[in-house]
Amino acid sequence: MTTLVQEQDDHDEHHAIPTGIKRWLYTTNHKDIGTLYLWFAFIMFLIGGAMAMVIRAELFQPGLQIVEPHFFNQMTTVHGLIMVFGAVMPAFTGLANWMIPLMIGAPDMALPRMNNLSFWILPFAFLILLMSLFMEGGGPAFGWTFYAPLSTTYSGDSTALFVFSVHIMGISSIMGAINVIVTIWNMRAPGMTWMKMPLFVWTWFITAFLLIAVMPVLAGVVTMVLTDKFFGTSFFDAAGGGDPVMFQHIFWFFGHPEVYIMILPAFGVISAIVPTFSRKKLFGYSSMVYATASIALLSFVVWAHHMFTTGMPVFGELFFMYCTMLISVPTGVKVFNWVATMWRGSISYEVPMLFAIAFIILFTIGGFSGLMLAITPADFQYHDTYFVVAHFHYVLVTGAIFSIIAGTYYWLPKWTGVMYDVTLARAHFWCSLISVNLLFFPMHFVGLAGMPRRIPDYSIQFADFNQWISIGGFAFGLSQLIFLALLIKACRKKGKPVDTQVWEGAEGLEWQVPSPAPYHTFDKPPEIK
Amino acid sequence: METKPDNKKLIYRLCIAVAFMFGFGFALVPLYDVFCQITGINGRVVVNASEDELQTVDESRLVTVEFITRIANGNNMTFEALTKRVQLHPGQLSEVAFTVKNPSDVQAYAQAIPSVSPGQASLFLNKTECFCFQQQELEANETVTYPMKFYLDRDLPHSISLLTVSYTLYKVGTGAVVSVSQEGKRNVESL
Repeated sequence: MTTLVQEQDDHDEHHAIPTGIKRWLYTTNHKDIGTLYLWFAFIMFLIGGAMAMVIRAELFQPGLQIVEPHFFNQMTTVHGLIMVFGAVMPAFTGLANWMIPLMIGAPDMALPRMNNLSFWILPFAFLILLMSLFMEGGGPAFGWTFYAPLSTTYSGDSTALFVFSVHIMGISSIMGAINVIVTIWNMRAPGMTWMKMPLFVWTWFITAFLLIAVMPVLAGVVTMVLTDKFFGTSFFDAAGGGDPVMFQHIFWFFGHPEVYIMILPAFGVISAIVPTFSRKKLFGYSSMVYATASIALLSFVVWAHHMFTTGMPVFGELFFMYCTMLISVPTGVKVFNWVATMWRGSISYEVPMLFAIAFIILFTIGGFSGLMLAITPADFQYHDTYFVVAHFHYVLVTGAIFSIIAGTYYWLPKWTGVMYDVTLARAHFWCSLISVNLLFFPMHFVGLAGMPRRIPDYSIQFADFNQWISIGGFAFGLSQLIFLALLIKACRKKGKPVDTQVWEGAEGLEWQVPSPAPYHTFDKPPEIK
Repeated sequence: METKPDNKKLIYRLCIAVAFMFGFGFALVPLYDVFCQITGINGRVVVNASEDELQTVDESRLVTVEFITRIANGNNMTFEALTKRVQLHPGQLSEVAFTVKNPSDVQAYAQAIPSVSPGQASLFLNKTECFCFQQQELEANETVTYPMKFYLDRDLPHSISLLTVSYTLYKVGTGAVVSVSQEGKRNVESL
């Protein structure tokens, strides 16, 4: 798409970089902050994953064995919150910080100090959330969706800590989004027109607008929960003229665009990887941009498909059902374009490509179960069962997380300057692929058979399937330790040095800077032809 | 790197957007109420009608109205519908009764919140007299029987032949006057 004609001068000589902890605390460098975000997200992924292991250990057999139901509820709640706000979102922000300036030929993000702040408030948010688990009465136990009145009337005092930590996460995301928009708007290299931007930049640009639109609504709804619980307001309390169903409307007005916040950047990553290893240009670039924008717009008018069983009028149910199904059209365009990009390409199966292909297939499975859930009458059966759990884990684990892993394998050599241990990476891929399907695929069946989600016990007939699911869960959890080992090895620069290009078929400005990417890049804007 | 002036303008606009969306989250609360008032989708519309506006009775159809009662958590009163079920023609005035008992030794205030299923039917349930219009004061150990007079609007859709009216009784305080909740006073005609 673009070629760069520029002599790379020695970038490392600019000025002294502070060493030790100060380098990371004071840094305003987009690459350092990107690295911080990515490591933070990975640590959160392991912590949230450990909670999932507790859940799967308890569900290994019917009956109550390991944990109290109240603790089980805290595990499901905090697992969800950490994975959504602590793992997936910061990981994408980390990729954005690292890659957007490199992809558009900018020297850094537009607002580097705010960038530092938006990262460094995050550990405090999660510290508050995790510490609440050790309070008397325990941490939040009302599900990550914190429906009223569970979070208002029936919750513990730690709800206040939950609210504050969500506020901090929201502020961090909003600052990150503002930074991304200003960077993309104002700092593109000369000649980098809108329709020349790599798709990862486009998808993040649209995601940032979604974040600005809905994170403030989340901040509003948690504030209402806080005042309802502690200050006697009645937003969601029928006795004072409120309505608990309204909570669900406001929450899902945030919540549905939120799921696209977690998947649109994934589309960008996959759109970068598939052409590289197919050695073809991305099929239908502009249709990809328009499809992303349509998905983002449609995401605002589908929220009540999470609420089909709340007793909406039939007209409302049909409206939300058809709007939801409409989203499968732009999503289908994307899947079609990826497949068309691979069609007759000279494909090679490097690790990023393996994860990308797994993404396309498994995300599509998640999309199909989403279509099933969109059918109003069918949803009455699926609602709040493991079928829903299977659906959103297919789109979030084999969708969002697989794309983050794929992106990491794709850009890691550029970050570290060495090729990672490919044997370990392949082991990581195959172990993850097999275990993740063992983990989530049977959930479809137990869900269809009626096993409810968020319950620590189940009927005896689900025992065999749950045992398989748990084994898959433990295996998937352990597989991620291979990834950890690989990352530590790569960060210690153990491996074969790579050249500037890294991947033979890769295109874009990020492949024009040396490997490892110097601390400062594009001090002089590149020329784009 | 210094912040370019065009950055400032863009940041300013984005911050306005954030502030606007934060406000919009709260604006959803009254918007939701207005939307529900107009469409009746949450079944909580209270139509405060007058007996002067009585319509001619539509004798061509009979509609069943059921009454159920619920006590909110933390309320020790007892609350019962004396009439569980009536059959009537649209336009026909009907009277049913409910009893509330305050078993405690202190004066208490209670507020009943109605909910109609199917929700849309709440727009056509015209109440001329209801204890749910305001808070009720109950002396210590007092039992009160409240009448409730209503008629169904002739425009009630023909698809609705059964309405369930549910009242949830909340205790809103003891011994002191608490301001009347808005919901109880809602009046569709005033919109």
